[in-house]
Amino acid sequence: MHSTLSFSRATTVPTTNYAFHSQSPINLRFCGLRREAFGISILTRSSSGRVRLSTRGRSKRISASTGNNGTPPKSFDYDLIIIGAGVGGHGAALHAVEKGLKTAIIEGDVVGGTCVNRGCVPSKALLAVSGRMRELQSEHHMKALGLQVSAAGYDRQGVAGHANNIASKIRSNLTNSMKALGVDILTGFGTIVGPQKVKYGKVGFTDNVVTAKDIIIATGSVPFVPKGIEVDGKTVITSDHALKLEFVPDWIAIVGSGYIGLEFSDVYTALGSEVTFIEALDQLMPGFDPEISKLAQRVLINPRKIDYHTGVFATKITPARDGKPVIIELTDAKTKEHKDTLEVDAALIATGRAPFTNGLGLENINVVTQRGFVPVDERMRVIDANGNLVPHLYCIGDANGKMMLAHAASAQGISVVEQVTGRDHVLNHLSVPAACFTHPEISMVGLTEPQAREKAVKEGFEISVAKTSFKANTKALAENEGEGLAKLIYRPDNGEILGVHIFGLHAADLIHEASNAIALGTRIQDIKFAVHAHPTLSEVLDELFKSAKVLDMKTLRKMKS
Amino acid sequence: MQTQLGSAAFPRLLRRSLSYIPSILYSLHSLLNLFHFFRFLSNSAPQSQKHKEMASPFLSNTTISFSSSLSSSSLPRIAPSIPFSSIRSNSTPRRILTVRSKIREIFMPALSSTMTEGKIVSWVKSEGDVLSKGESVVVVESDKADMDVETFYDGILAAIVVGEGETAPVGAAIGILAETEDEIAEAKAKAASKSGASTPSAPPPAPAPGAASTPGPPKSTPAPAAPTVAEGPRKTVATPFAKKLAKQHKVDIESVVGTGPYGRITPEDIEAAAGLSPSKKNVGLAVVVETKPAAPAKAPAASAAPSSLPPPVPGSTVVPFTTMQAAVSKNMVESLSVPTFRVGYPVTTDALDALYEKVKPKGVTMTALLAKAAAMALAQHPLVNSSCKDGKSFTYNSNINIAVAVAINGGLITPVLQDADKLDLYLLSQKWKELVEKARAKQLQPQEYNSGTFTLSNLGMFGVDRFDAILPPGQGAIMAVGASKPTVVADADGFFSVKNKMLVNVTADHRIIYGADLAAFLQTFSKIVENPESLTL
Repeated sequence: MHSTLSFSRATTVPTTNYAFHSQSPINLRFCGLRREAFGISILTRSSSGRVRLSTRGRSKRISASTGNNGTPPKSFDYDLIIIGAGVGGHGAALHAVEKGLKTAIIEGDVVGGTCVNRGCVPSKALLAVSGRMRELQSEHHMKALGLQVSAAGYDRQGVAGHANNIASKIRSNLTNSMKALGVDILTGFGTIVGPQKVKYGKVGFTDNVVTAKDIIIATGSVPFVPKGIEVDGKTVITSDHALKLEFVPDWIAIVGSGYIGLEFSDVYTALGSEVTFIEALDQLMPGFDPEISKLAQRVLINPRKIDYHTGVFATKITPARDGKPVIIELTDAKTKEHKDTLEVDAALIATGRAPFTNGLGLENINVVTQRGFVPVDERMRVIDANGNLVPHLYCIGDANGKMMLAHAASAQGISVVEQVTGRDHVLNHLSVPAACFTHPEISMVGLTEPQAREKAVKEGFEISVAKTSFKANTKALAENEGEGLAKLIYRPDNGEILGVHIFGLHAADLIHEASNAIALGTRIQDIKFAVHAHPTLSEVLDELFKSAKVLDMKTLRKMKS
Repeated sequence: MQTQLGSAAFPRLLRRSLSYIPSILYSLHSLLNLFHFFRFLSNSAPQSQKHKEMASPFLSNTTISFSSSLSSSSLPRIAPSIPFSSIRSNSTPRRILTVRSKIREIFMPALSSTMTEGKIVSWVKSEGDVLSKGESVVVVESDKADMDVETFYDGILAAIVVGEGETAPVGAAIGILAETEDEIAEAKAKAASKSGASTPSAPPPAPAPGAASTPGPPKSTPAPAAPTVAEGPRKTVATPFAKKLAKQHKVDIESVVGTGPYGRITPEDIEAAAGLSPSKKNVGLAVVVETKPAAPAKAPAASAAPSSLPPPVPGSTVVPFTTMQAAVSKNMVESLSVPTFRVGYPVTTDALDALYEKVKPKGVTMTALLAKAAAMALAQHPLVNSSCKDGKSFTYNSNINIAVAVAINGGLITPVLQDADKLDLYLLSQKWKELVEKARAKQLQPQEYNSGTFTLSNLGMFGVDRFDAILPPGQGAIMAVGASKPTVVADADGFFSVKNKMLVNVTADHRIIYGADLAAFLQTFSKIVENPESLTL
């Protein structure tokens, strides 16, 4: 009973961004994969236990039949071994158990991986604090609501403690959920020693070798630190350190203005720091829809204590020492000339993440990584140096670099499990939503407008764009949070949704109506009849779908003739 | 349709960022904006007459439009309305009269009540294009949205003063419109003078990040030189918010002395330089913005005018505060938030008086002697020279800067003797003389009156025997010095004698400086004054 409670709890935990959520075993991340009703976890679990017993025989049969392609016929220790117990591995393991596979998961560090321990989960705790601080500090906002609050303050230790507590709580939820379902958790670093064979063990201990019919690599990623930057963990830090919130500098430079950088700028400015962004590209927030990033810049950057340098690399960063501040050398991204030197109190390196694939033993099976990423096809099957598929080996999540989001890893893992249990499945990455948990939030799914236009030209169709504002939404106005925009990119000829981008209150929660529609192939002309409770923020999307103009058959025919 | 001075173009909302807003709501919203905008205009300056004229066409006309964006060149008369016009009128002396209503400037329009500057997204028309009334000329990005600006006049776009991607303050000329082709050359010349003239004001636009405060030195300090950056002529380092504030309050950042860590310029420094009382940390930018549009003369005064005061006695006159008086008032009210206490100490001055008589012919003043003595005592008690900026920490100041309160015609200013512990008595006296002269001429630079770490106030020359000073915000302690008077004293052995005694009374911030600290400091001070030889060293 206790575990059920904690599961349902876990699902409410705010999630993601550069990595993503995790936790509750059964009822999430079926993003378009299945339509069965989500079972109550206890029920599903008991039934899956039964299934597992009955299918063990079947898996043996399979292994016997595949026995003669390379490896000697034998029985395997496991049906599925997953290397890495992050969100991707966890999602795959749970789905594998549900499908009746005997599953083991190898973890050399802590269960939960980046997302739970050093990523989205603790950062959401910090952002929860920053959101409230922001609200309490905004005098005119409070006044507009008729509230009076005396000066808001915070206790750094308390905030850091909150982030740490939530990480350990979710970590234990994950561990318990896997144990309860009968997933073996093997401790140590996993290395592939041959086809369908993995060794694992802690450094200095004897290695164990286990075999499995199928293997999934889900080793994730680590913060990427460009050359010339010296990370000391105190004044020059990565997100790993920043999440511990060991100090709040007066002035911090954030290298990189993607999800991670933006979220931390939100946290630090709310806690009183001033922020300087350093971005290598010509504009801030690359990767977002340009219109969204422009609006976001007006709201999230310009009015805050933030300035920025774009089109420059931080070529050298020296931590504060000997009574000197952190010194950052900026080099022009195009001319490669020295451009400026910054002196700040701290620097956060948020230049993205690098795959963690060293020591995986990929050379034993003739696989060569590309910039560290494991090459895979659209079914996550690993491709070797000669361009051939490696049988029974898959790679999901940040390690393959297809889409570096925790929930994408999990969806990929589920997709793999579907395949190895005999149902072909290809994950549609365009249906995977992404979110950035600033205040207000940014979320998106599918193509950006420039991407959609490019595709439209290439494939010869028209696109249209519809937009609605949060200013027109009753609930948003009641919250006095009317700043925001939702944007829909679609095909007017058939009503296909190509992309949805939202900037505004609770955007991260709102995106799922659109991502589910894309995953299930729902067209605008159908979804616009779906009913939304009034007054809710979800009406922003309702409005958006209703404002889209899908051509009816008559007009279409006329146009064609 | 407008008066001659009137505006010539109005911005129209495009189907851009804001176009998704359902029309009813939207127009309501913009009307509100409009309303605020005009209210603020008419409050802000005496020039409102012109704007009122403008307001009517807008309101009768249902098109959504904002302020003027174009106006003919006979600007000087409406000059007070727009802070930037002073630059303009300086630069184009009297040509104005000759080109009246033929060559018009296209102005950066105020697209919202909070807009202080706008960025040119793109010029819809290019130089030489013929424009007809109602056509879009330029797309401007405000703090809220992108908008098209249309022209109210037919003519030829003669010159673009502010290029695409550049930023200009509201009211600044961004382009020149000529009525006929003949005037293009003239308009171009004008544009040239304009862009030339705008160079003095160029520094503010420049801080568009990246280029921010990079005069030339960066190239001379390549990577290997980095460690030595701390020495030598260093470039100005200002925090992001400080830069924003400087731009907003038009403070030349180069003239500000940074008091933050590593000598960087903090938002508080800019506020001090702009004569604003330091706002609380963490207050949103929006709060600060409100004071800005008001005419500079009455900027800081406006705030505390409670309506609950009793009606004035008939026949009384109301004289508004001068800027200086308003700053004093603001600081004084603010000082109430600091928990202070006072410690007095009698000091025997016979030796000091004797020394004063000796050095007086060399131009040494009593103020310099007292400042020097206080500085030497502070050097031994750095705590008393510290301040409490955020209510959570001590800020130990690396320099001992003695601010000395001086009354000048109806005001009060505190010129600062910087590094008073290091300079010798004669240099200090000389410095003091310069400062007083500058203060009388109102030529003190901000750092010459706001960098004090300890204040000295002397009313002894009036015969005041003791008084009580108010601690200025941002400092830890202030010393009030009374007159030195012959006093009968009994010594430890019971012998009576007459000695000159003066009472000093120090007010200090009890969050950081406690009674014993202050007492110890006063003891040191009194020892120095009683044995003043060290002052001349």
